[in-house]
Amino acid sequence: MTSLLDIRGLRVAVDGKQILAGIDLRVEAGEVHAIMGPNGSGKSTLAYVLAGREGYEPTGGEVLYRGKNLFDMSPEERAAEGVFLAFQYPVEIPGVPNNTFLKEAVNAVRRYRGEDELDAMQFIKLMRVKIKELGIKDDMLKRAVNVGFSGGEKKRNEVLQMAVLEPRLAILDETDSGLDIDALKAVADGVNALRSAERGMLMITHYQRLLDYIVPDHVHVLAGGRIVRSGDKNLARELEKTGYAEFTGAAA
Amino acid sequence: MSATTTSMAADRFLGAPLVATGGPEWLRELRGEGARRFAATGLPTPRLEAWKFTDLRGLGRLSFSPAQDAIDIQAVAVGRGLLLDIDGPRLMFIDGRFCAALSRLENLPAGVEMMPLSALLANEPGRARALLGEGLADDGQPMVALNAAGLEEGAVIRIGRGTRVEKPLVVVCIGGASAEATASRPRHRIEVEDGAEVSILEHHAGPVAATAFMNQVTDISVGAGATVRHGVLQDAAGGAYDLSTVRVRVGRDAVYESFTFAVGARLFRNDARVRLQGKGASCRVSGAYLLRGEQHCDNATVIEHEQPNTTSREVFKGVVDGRARGIFQGRIVVHPGADKTDGHQMSKAILLSSEATANAKPELEIFADDVKCSHGATVGELDRSAMFYLRSRGIPEARARGLLVEAFIAEALEEISDERLRDVFVARAARWYEEVPS
Ligand SMILES: Nc1ncnc2c1ncn2[C@@H]1O[C@H](COP(=O)(O)OP(=O)(O)O)[C@@H](O)[C@H]1O
Ligand SMILES: [Mg+2]
Repeated sequence: MTSLLDIRGLRVAVDGKQILAGIDLRVEAGEVHAIMGPNGSGKSTLAYVLAGREGYEPTGGEVLYRGKNLFDMSPEERAAEGVFLAFQYPVEIPGVPNNTFLKEAVNAVRRYRGEDELDAMQFIKLMRVKIKELGIKDDMLKRAVNVGFSGGEKKRNEVLQMAVLEPRLAILDETDSGLDIDALKAVADGVNALRSAERGMLMITHYQRLLDYIVPDHVHVLAGGRIVRSGDKNLARELEKTGYAEFTGAAA
Repeated sequence: MSATTTSMAADRFLGAPLVATGGPEWLRELRGEGARRFAATGLPTPRLEAWKFTDLRGLGRLSFSPAQDAIDIQAVAVGRGLLLDIDGPRLMFIDGRFCAALSRLENLPAGVEMMPLSALLANEPGRARALLGEGLADDGQPMVALNAAGLEEGAVIRIGRGTRVEKPLVVVCIGGASAEATASRPRHRIEVEDGAEVSILEHHAGPVAATAFMNQVTDISVGAGATVRHGVLQDAAGGAYDLSTVRVRVGRDAVYESFTFAVGARLFRNDARVRLQGKGASCRVSGAYLLRGEQHCDNATVIEHEQPNTTSREVFKGVVDGRARGIFQGRIVVHPGADKTDGHQMSKAILLSSEATANAKPELEIFADDVKCSHGATVGELDRSAMFYLRSRGIPEARARGLLVEAFIAEALEEISDERLRDVFVARAARWYEEVPS
């Protein structure tokens, strides 16, 4: 059976500098993987290269998404095929209302999937349900995308996008950082609501805290551009005590 | 230079021998004077500081056939196809000729006069002379001289003292309605008396596939306490050379607001000179341009603060694709004694292709005290992170670009206070975004 995501010997360079030095990772449908690691170890680089950001060039290895070469697809194709990245730093887009943005995204993906586009009424109904579930205020939809949003609002907005796009593979890049406990719970609820046998998740996090709310099936430690250790949820607790010192030393 | 070669030089761009245009003696003299002045300079070249970004050699190579004397059926059909969906009074000119069939001059509101210049010349030659006589003061501008050399038609609008005109007045100039390249030189004269208020929409139009030379001059006077909102939709023929000069005098405590929205023409020159001649006068001179292919758009504005407590504000935003070029040149002159002047100017351009260009040239000349003047200019690309963010949500690249361009231009359109004018530009812009090639 083909894996949801199969990363084999992936190497990535940014600005000519090698950041990922051979990553092997397989995510099956229904699994939640956590990726932990010190700052600068390449976690966001992995997230970006999977989402297709320009400037993040694969220099070796391959990535298969549901059996297809991920690097043959444009960012929008990946999204339409079900890859979703919740950004560590969501981008502000002045002049584009959040509502417009979400509707464009939902309908672009629906078109790609051969489904009917949502009309204005259907879209409003969908949004009402989703923002209630995520504890998001109405006015966040009217404001320009992420402009003037607090840190917590930005992260909730990422989860909202994920909830309406219903991805097969969700990559969450430090969606937990900078959140108070209520926001963290709301975000975790949003993620848990999406957990299903068809979906896989890659949760990048710096802290074990999030993993109390979203319990992972596998935990990996990324350091110096490599996965240096893998284990189950107990590995996260262990790291909480020991920190990353042993790995940063190893990477240097 | 002999008289014959003199008139030939202007004839070359008028599409008809000058002697063929009749009228009273003062008008013939005025044309002759225009022709002489034009012959002395010829078309402006980039050697002139004000024209440093614009090369008219392409125009110099074209030849023009005389405009039809009567508007034929085909021209009317073309004109009808280009009409905007906006009601209210309208003056229509096709290749420089007045077209009664597509004009709407019946039931003009009280206090409003609106007619073709040819009608004024025929019925009230004395008034025509008073209105146009000073118009020859061409400030040494070759294009104004050339316009005078072929002066015969245009819009005459007068808004009587204290009249508030409800609906926008529309003036349409179509260039390129016939199969052959034509030249036209409308001369519009708009007088807005003290305390009056009016919105005017100038629409430059033409078939996408046509070639034309349009050389118009619009003279506007804004009386004390009056308000004029002047919109220009430049959507001229794809092969058009549209050279437009707008000269405005703004009186005490009066307001002149203009917005020039440019999407058409092969080459467009928007020469705008606003003189703030009364204390407390103010102007907002803004615009947006959306260019692609080989298009060239040169906005050259001059704001003269001639009296104290006058304010000016300029916002120009442009999006340039293909091999096109967009330009904003803004000169602000604060005359001696024009203390407490406030002048603000901003130009922003986004380049969508590596071969697109944008230039900005601010110039401040300040001869007074206690003056606030600021300017800023940026040229950039679409925000790459924003592009990636939109695409990572499944929005195709072309549409993502469209959304960002739309948001960028929307900010300039905010400058327009009359939403009926703004709606015209928003609708035209929406069509442009959809045409953005993927
Ligand atoms: N756009 C970039 N240009 C240059 N270097 C970058 C860029 N992005 C990341 N890097 C470098 O790549 C390394 C990994 O960064 P990143 O993937 O953001 O790590 P993490 O998310 O684990 O903190 C760091 O050394 C960082 O400085
Ligand atoms: Mg990171």
